[in-house]
Amino acid sequence: MTRIWKFGADVDTDQIVPGRYAPYMRPGADVGEAAFIEARPDFAKNAQPGDVIVATQNFGCGSSREYAVEALRRRKVGAIIALSFARIFYRNAINLGIPLLEAPEIVNGVADGDEVTLDLASRQLTVKGQTYALPDLPVFAQQILDAGGIVPYVRTHGHFPGES
Amino acid sequence: MGQTLSEQILSHGLTAGMGHPVSAGDFVVVEPDVVMSHDSLTPSIIKIMQEELQSPNVKNPNQLAFVFDHVVPPSTVGTADSQNLVRRFAAEQGVRLFDVGRGICHQVLVEEKIAAPGKIVIGADSHSTSYGSVGAFGTGMGSTDVALIWATGKTWLRVPETIQVVVSGRPGNHIDAKDIALKLCREITISGANYMAVEYHGLEWLPLEGRQTISSMAVEMGAKVGIFPPAGLDSSYPVPDWFFVDPSAHYTRQVRLDLEALAPQVSRPHNVDNVCDIEEVAGTPVNVVFLGTCTNGRYADLRIAAQILKGKQVSRNIRLMVTPASQVQLSRAATDGTLATLIEAGAIITTPGCGMCMGRHQGTLGENDVCLSTANRNFKGRMGAPSSKIYLASPAVAAATALTGQISDPRSLS
Repeated sequence: MTRIWKFGADVDTDQIVPGRYAPYMRPGADVGEAAFIEARPDFAKNAQPGDVIVATQNFGCGSSREYAVEALRRRKVGAIIALSFARIFYRNAINLGIPLLEAPEIVNGVADGDEVTLDLASRQLTVKGQTYALPDLPVFAQQILDAGGIVPYVRTHGHFPGES
Repeated sequence: MGQTLSEQILSHGLTAGMGHPVSAGDFVVVEPDVVMSHDSLTPSIIKIMQEELQSPNVKNPNQLAFVFDHVVPPSTVGTADSQNLVRRFAAEQGVRLFDVGRGICHQVLVEEKIAAPGKIVIGADSHSTSYGSVGAFGTGMGSTDVALIWATGKTWLRVPETIQVVVSGRPGNHIDAKDIALKLCREITISGANYMAVEYHGLEWLPLEGRQTISSMAVEMGAKVGIFPPAGLDSSYPVPDWFFVDPSAHYTRQVRLDLEALAPQVSRPHNVDNVCDIEEVAGTPVNVVFLGTCTNGRYADLRIAAQILKGKQVSRNIRLMVTPASQVQLSRAATDGTLATLIEAGAIITTPGCGMCMGRHQGTLGENDVCLSTANRNFKGRMGAPSSKIYLASPAVAAATALTGQISDPRSLS
């Protein structure tokens, strides 16, 4: 059973993983356990693979720390859906293979704790019997996601998307 | 149509085979002139390059610069071991390393003129927008992006639209670049420049250190870069002949700011754009004051504080933490009595570096601490306990607050 974790605007990367929980400060610890450890301790404790994060504007603002995204990847977050994303977070998440979607209809239509079924292959998300179509990503970003992230993309193709 | 400063720089930084002038919205692959990383993330970047990308070596060692600033000197066995690992890697690969005590990465690259007009400078740190102070395209990226630059020499970027900030007038007494930076956050908001460049016009008179303060905070509005035209910059920073303000460049938005009526600005917890004039928060009790960071840890900032603190003592309820931005800035402050004035007033001086900005060492905040900081971020829990509070303001406000133990307007001191 996967669920929605709903957040508001301007969720910063210090909330996703505080700097004090950086891998640099806690070598050997699983940074996934620190996901939202202070801002949303129930997420840190209970988030399950496939759960979906939904937020309003500017998700992921602040520090460039990729370990914030890495923490969410380790928790196997299925997708992050928001009204908008901060720039560096967007790059980092696409690079690590986490789908980011700007979908106002979903943001406005779902609530924290709602049960969710995410089907990326058919680009659909279902909450409380209502099915939403997932919006397309920029081609550049979709190519990276299809490969599983920028590292597998570059290892497979030998170059960046859009570069010959 | 002419090009913005960012479009000019990215047009010149294109990889072979992409040789056309670029404009906002284009996806481009460029070869950055410099890629910087610090002690906090370099170990993970090494791991990504060698283990995930399976590239044993850096493609172009001259492109890289390492700076130790986040936890200096190391506070734990783990951070000490990580720094040793990076030292060994730097020696093996032939990468320049600025070691413990040299200073904050963004200050060091400007002082060393590694960041310079027209260059593309990528940093594994969000405050890499700071390099815009010298007319560079400076932007932050994550560890995987940086590992890819190490391995391939290249990265991809979307050419940003540009917000043109046009400043008029001169600020009054005790008002400085930090107040301009905070006022811009207030006007543009925490996400108003997301994915965009910000170009600052009308500040030709502003010294480099003030430009660094403003550029460092461009990212707090979501910006990709915060760039100054090179006019007024010290001539020791060479300006390429193709790099100039083109009056026919297209700007997405213009933001006007008149400095004549500007009051000291304060950002309240827990978002950087929660900014007000100082009168709204004057009198708020504070128990920690932090003077430092890539935003406000330079000699000029220490001197402003020293002028206010000279011959006086900080409030008995205050811990005043001073972390110079670099060894060069510390040395200047030591030469002319600025440092002695701060120490005599009761300041605690720490090793040049990031200091307590991200709550890891050298003054981490405890439960319910209230800090007035000259840094750039006041996110909940950033400097320590989640119940602590951070107010952001200028060095003058920091010094006035240190004297009284409550947020104070430096203009009201006798």
